[in-house]
Order: sequence, then structure tokens, then C-alpha cells
Amino acid sequence: MRGISFVPANTHIPFMAARRVFLAASAGLVIASLALFAVRGLNYGIDFVGGILIEVQTQGPADLPDLRTRLSGLGLGEIALQEFGEPNEILIRIQKQEGGEEAQQQAMEAVKAELGSTVEYRRTELVGPKVSKELFWSGVEAVAFALVAMLVYIWFRFEWQFGLGAVIALAHDIISTIGVFALLGLEFNLSTVAAILTIAGYSINDTVVVYDRVRENLRKYKTMPLPALFDGAINETLSRTTMTSMTTLFALLALYLLGGEVIRGFSFAMIWGIVVGTYSSICIAVPLLIYMNLRPSGGGGEAAVTAPAEKAS
Amino acid sequence: MVHFTKWKIALVVLVCVAGLWCAWPNLLSRDTAAALPEWLPVPEQINLGLDLRGGSHLLLEVETGVVIQELMEALVDTARAELRQARIRYTGLGADGASVRVTIMEPGRLDEAVKLLRDADADTAVSVDGDRITLTMTDAAIADRQRSAVAKTVEIVRRRIDETGVREPTIVPQGDDRVLVQLPGIDDPEQMKRLLGKTAKMAFHLADDQTPVAEALAGRVPPGSMLLPLDSQREGRGQQQRIVVQKRVVVSGEHLIDAQPTFDQQNNMPIVSFRFDTVGAKRFGDATSKNVGRRLAIVLDGRVISAPVIRDAILGGSGIITGDFTVEESNELSLLLRAGALPAPLRILEERSVGPELGADSITAGEVAGVVGLVVVAIFMVVAYGFFGVLADLALLFNIVLIVAALSVLQATLTLPGIAGIVLTIGMAVDANVLVFERIREEVRAGRTPISAIDTGYSRATTTIIDSNLTTLIAVTVLYVFGSGPIQGFAVTLALGILTSLFTAIMLTRMWVVLWLRRTRPKVIPI
Repeated sequence: MRGISFVPANTHIPFMAARRVFLAASAGLVIASLALFAVRGLNYGIDFVGGILIEVQTQGPADLPDLRTRLSGLGLGEIALQEFGEPNEILIRIQKQEGGEEAQQQAMEAVKAELGSTVEYRRTELVGPKVSKELFWSGVEAVAFALVAMLVYIWFRFEWQFGLGAVIALAHDIISTIGVFALLGLEFNLSTVAAILTIAGYSINDTVVVYDRVRENLRKYKTMPLPALFDGAINETLSRTTMTSMTTLFALLALYLLGGEVIRGFSFAMIWGIVVGTYSSICIAVPLLIYMNLRPSGGGGEAAVTAPAEKAS
Repeated sequence: MVHFTKWKIALVVLVCVAGLWCAWPNLLSRDTAAALPEWLPVPEQINLGLDLRGGSHLLLEVETGVVIQELMEALVDTARAELRQARIRYTGLGADGASVRVTIMEPGRLDEAVKLLRDADADTAVSVDGDRITLTMTDAAIADRQRSAVAKTVEIVRRRIDETGVREPTIVPQGDDRVLVQLPGIDDPEQMKRLLGKTAKMAFHLADDQTPVAEALAGRVPPGSMLLPLDSQREGRGQQQRIVVQKRVVVSGEHLIDAQPTFDQQNNMPIVSFRFDTVGAKRFGDATSKNVGRRLAIVLDGRVISAPVIRDAILGGSGIITGDFTVEESNELSLLLRAGALPAPLRILEERSVGPELGADSITAGEVAGVVGLVVVAIFMVVAYGFFGVLADLALLFNIVLIVAALSVLQATLTLPGIAGIVLTIGMAVDANVLVFERIREEVRAGRTPISAIDTGYSRATTTIIDSNLTTLIAVTVLYVFGSGPIQGFAVTLALGILTSLFTAIMLTRMWVVLWLRRTRPKVIPI
């Protein structure tokens, strides 16, 4: 029983020839993401801004306008109601109340008193102002720390150029994921941060596989022009990159479609991350190496290697 | 390469058998698994997180400021007593934040006063500015008191929760002044919050009959007395009444050894009966025998529950508290009194509850997604790699078995993101095999013989596999260190998934491939 190759055995896709297009497109993506983040901001969940989230199940399809009127009558500020999966499942979000932890408790009690026992409470979450601030900063810390730790690891295992290239590609993935969340107004919460860190892990995994081949070929073909060498490495690992991205996407799609409403945002972030992470490993992480002094074998040698490379592209 | 040593084979088989053995109880229902005989060396089933089995998570903050304030008040009392005993005249004695100030009015005796105050309490630092003395608690002493307040809080919270019969609660201190409470199976924590919301400091005070309430309301409360609200436990029953009581405590709640809800024989009203220890009983006896006809106020958290008139001396060390209670209230009050008082009030910082149905729905959804993901990935692998794909799929199955076994042995908590982590692992776990298989294909194309192609394929791919997985492992470790609750659960399953997939790719499938090579000696590799 022999398998079928999904990617032809000897591909020669000239990725390096298009590197300026990739880098420009990615720069555009990053700038657009940052602009979206600055202008629209993120739709932070209660994990990061505090507030109350209640998921209820009503008997029969929920009467959203009626619920909205009843709850806004409580004077708790902004209240968002949203159908959650089924027509009889409603997610209620109440903004953080002024006046510290006790005020949140009172708001929750007021809502429960208003809804009474006509609904079934599937989930209630209340995050006070103190904890939400801490959760936010520990999330930022986690992402920053993970980036540095991976940079250091790759720096030790490879060369500093690889570490830098990988981390730039990673930052690209993370920033564009944040951009997508800003664009679509998806809720940004603790599980989004977990998704981002997992994307980081996956993307760097992908990058390392390609880099590994680049390193191997650098040893093997000492005089080959860098763009050709990089193209070779990418094409040789392309079959693997595609296979793994596909299997991971299959698993994540199953999770997105069948895993339930609660982790839908989480699996969406991951799906986006796998796509962008695979792209960045090939089209950002490797081309970046061209601009870094990868063969520091004396001034003349380096010029001799890179000059024809520029022409070749 | 074809030499896969015997001890390696033994090791791989051992790990797989151990994995299967540790994982199988998870196929049983909870009750059947619990009924497995003790002598069977299988671990317990996977520990489900609150988001999967339903329950409440409360993050509480101990208001340690109150503890420090009380300490300062005690320090004021000590200073007053010392100075009075030495007959040193002073003024402006009072607590101010975390320090106590006093001004000495006899300049010649300043040094004597400083020495007195310095010796009075080892935990305070004394500084002098002109004729003013400042006593400050040392940082170490404050930290120490906070720590013991948190430890005491954990103990009292545990006692209160145990009294309600909640099974397997988790009560652990977090950070300097926090306590994390997890209550499996409790998806409506209102009763718990009510129980934990009360400090339950109880004391008996004699009423101050000399001062009319009207006087006190006008602001003329004598120094030894205080004006307290008198109420039943329930709000809004009749108008708010107040009562003036002496500050001096007759007996405090610390001397209670038991409290039980019961009913008044005469009118069948719910009441709470209590019993004192010997010291308490003696004080209570003395006070009641000397003050027959006066009112005795029972004060809980600064409110007077009831203030019955003392009819005759109560010498047996036990008594009752009446107070227009409902049955529920008398139950709750006696529970609080039995469990003891919190050293400081608690504040709820974070509260998350999940109903059991949502938890069950999540498990089902996760299982469905996992199985579908698994099947799709498995088919894909077979289509892509044929016979080798089948080996990779078998390895994937073992991979999942090993994750389940590891979760059971470690008793790590499986959360909803944890299930997501397993599903993600299903997708990513085949990566190591994909790397090897692709490499073997390359080597075959390069014209190597089957044995040599497989040999080179494995040895070349292994460094890549280790490098790429270790970087992922770093990200996941960070996730664990900085994450909380469910996120940590996700990190744990993902980390286990990476480790087990390293094992299955480098050891397990490799062993199968080697054994297959040895037996069949193929001319062509079907890949």
C-alpha cells in the first residue's frame, strides 16, 4: 500500500523571487493590524476589563427584546445580549460596575433577581476590577516572555540571525492575529491569549523545520547562492509543511465546527494562526535571512555570495 | 538501525502496556471506577475541571488591612496601659495607618517612656521626634500577621464549607492575601457566598442601661459604651432599632465549643443552643449571676442579634440565642459559630460557575470533535503514506492512550481548553512522523536502498523533530507559568501531547518499522 504525495516530489517554486512581494504584503498586514488595533481597539472580554457574563437557557426560544428591556431597566450600564449557539441560549454581558468588587456582586444579584427562576443558569462569571487588571498584564507578560525564550533557544541552537528571523515572523503572526480580532470584533479574552501562544508555538515549530533544512544545506552547499539555497530548502520541506498544516487544520476545523460554542473563538484564532503561521515560516522567516549577514566568512566572500544572489532574484 | 536493541524494545513495550493499564479505568463509569478494588494498581480516573463537571470557583481576598488595624488598636491599648501604670502623663495617643503615635507631656521622662514602650512589644520599632513617640510594626511582623491571617482564613473557610457537606472542595492560599475556593458540583454559590461573607465574630456584651438610646443617637455615647443596631437576622422586619451596650466583652465567641440549631420548647421557634469551654462558662456564670435583670446583648459582626433580659444565673456553660430566626437562619448561625470567626472580612475578586449540563455538553462536544478530528487525520495519513500511514495512525492512538494515562497518573485537571489541547495534539502529533516519512521519501528518491533510506530518514529527522518540539514546549511552559486555571489545563495537555508524540514517533513507530524491515526485507519501501 503506497501513499499519494499531495505535493509533487520535485517542486521548484521560486519563493525567493517573490520575496519583496511577500515582505511588502506582510508589512502592509502588520501596519493595517496595528492601525485597526489603534483605531477600533479590541473587544476585550470580562477577563481583562472586569464585568459579568451570564449564560442562560430559556424555556423555548428566548425573547431578546423583552430580556433587553427588563435588564436595561436595572441601570447597570451597557448590557449586551447575544444568542449563543441555540435560539434558547443567551449570553448576557454586563460591563464593569463603578465602585469596586462589591458593586459587581450587587449587579449580579440584581440580574439574578430580575431573571429569577424563569431561566436556567448555565454559566456565570464575574471578574472584579483588581483581578482583570492582573490577568491582562500577566497575559502581556506571557506573550513577551514566550517570544524572548524562543528567541534565546533558537539563537543557541542555530545562529542569532535565525533567532531574529523566527521572532520577527512570530511577531508578524501575533500582530496579524490581533488585527483579525480587531477587524471582526471577536472577543479577546484569556483563551485568546492561550490561542496566540499556541500559534506562536506552532509557527515557530514550522519555522524551525525549514530553518533546520536551511542550516543543513548551508553546510552541504557552501558556495550556492543564498536565494537558490533557501528556495531549495523550502521546496524540500514543502511536502511536510503542507501535510502537517493540513492535519492540524482538520483537527481544528473539527473543533471549530463540533467543539461547542464556548471554544469557538479559541479554535477560530488557532485556525487563522495556523494559516498565517505556515505562510510566515516560508514567506517571511526565510527571506528575512537574506538581509542578515548569514555567511560571515570575511568581507570579500560575503559580497561575492550575496551580489549574484541579488541579480538572480 | 536494523539493530533496535532488546532493552529498547522492552522499554517501549513496557511504556505502552503501562499506558494502557493506567488509561483503561477512564472507559468505565465514575461509579464503577470508584468501586474498583483497592489492590488493583490503577490510578484514579482523570480529574475533571470545574468547567467540565460543573461547579464554582471563587477567588477571595482577605482584607488584611483590618488585621493590621486591629493590631494597631491593641498596640494603643498596650501603650495606654504601660504609660498609666508608670504614671507618665501623655496626650494624643492614637493609631494612624500602620503606626501608633503618642505625645509625652513630661519632658524629663521621655527616655523612660521610650524604654517602656520598646520593651512592651518586640515586634515594634520605636522612633522619637521631639516629645512625640511613634511605634511602627516592623515589615516582618506585618507580613507574619498577614500570613497567619490567611492561614487562619483557609482553616475557617474549610470548616464552614465542610459543614455544608460539599464533596472534595479545594481551598488553597494564593499570593499574599488571597484564597482560592473551588466547589465541584455547586453551580449556584449564593449560599456559600453568604456563609463566607460573614466574619462571624461573636461576643456577649452587657447592655448599658444608664444611657438612653435617644442620648446616644444625639452623639453622647459614654467612652465605655457603643451604639449598635439591634436586628433580627432578616432585614426589614419592623423598624431599625438600636441599643447601647458596654464595650467590654463579657465572653467572646472564641470560648464557644459547640452551637446547634434547635427549637424553643414553648413556642416552637427556631433557636441556637451553644456551649462554652470552662473559661467561657465561668465568665458567663459570673456575669449572669451579678447582673440578673439586666439585658445581655449577643453581638455578631457589629450587630446585635438579640438582647434578652438575664432572668437568673446561667452556670452550666450553655445557653440559647433567640432572635426571631427562620430555620435556615438558625442553621446558618450555628454553623458559623461552630466553624469560628474569620480573622478579617473576605471580598470576592472573581467568581466563575458552570452548571453541570453545560459541563456535560462541553465534554460531549469535545469528544465528538476529537473523534471526528482523529478519523479525518487518520484517513488523511493513510491516503498520504499508505502502510506507513497506518503505522502513524496506530502510534496516534497510543499517543492518546498515553496522554490519558499521564493525565490520570499525574491527576492533572482536565479542562475544556485541555480537551482542545488534545484535539490539537491529534493534528500536530503526526508531524514527527510526517517529518520522518517525507525524509525517507527524499532518501529513496536520492537512490538509497530501503534500509539505508529509513536509517538516514530517521537519524536526519530526529534533530529537526527535537528542535521544533522543544521550541513549542517552551511556549507551552510559558503558558503554564503565566496562565491560570483552564489555560494551565490546556498547557498541561499540550505539553504531555508533545512529549508523548516524541516518544511515539522516535521510539514506537521506529520500532515497528525496524521489526517490519527485519521480517520482510523489502526491495521497495511502500511510501
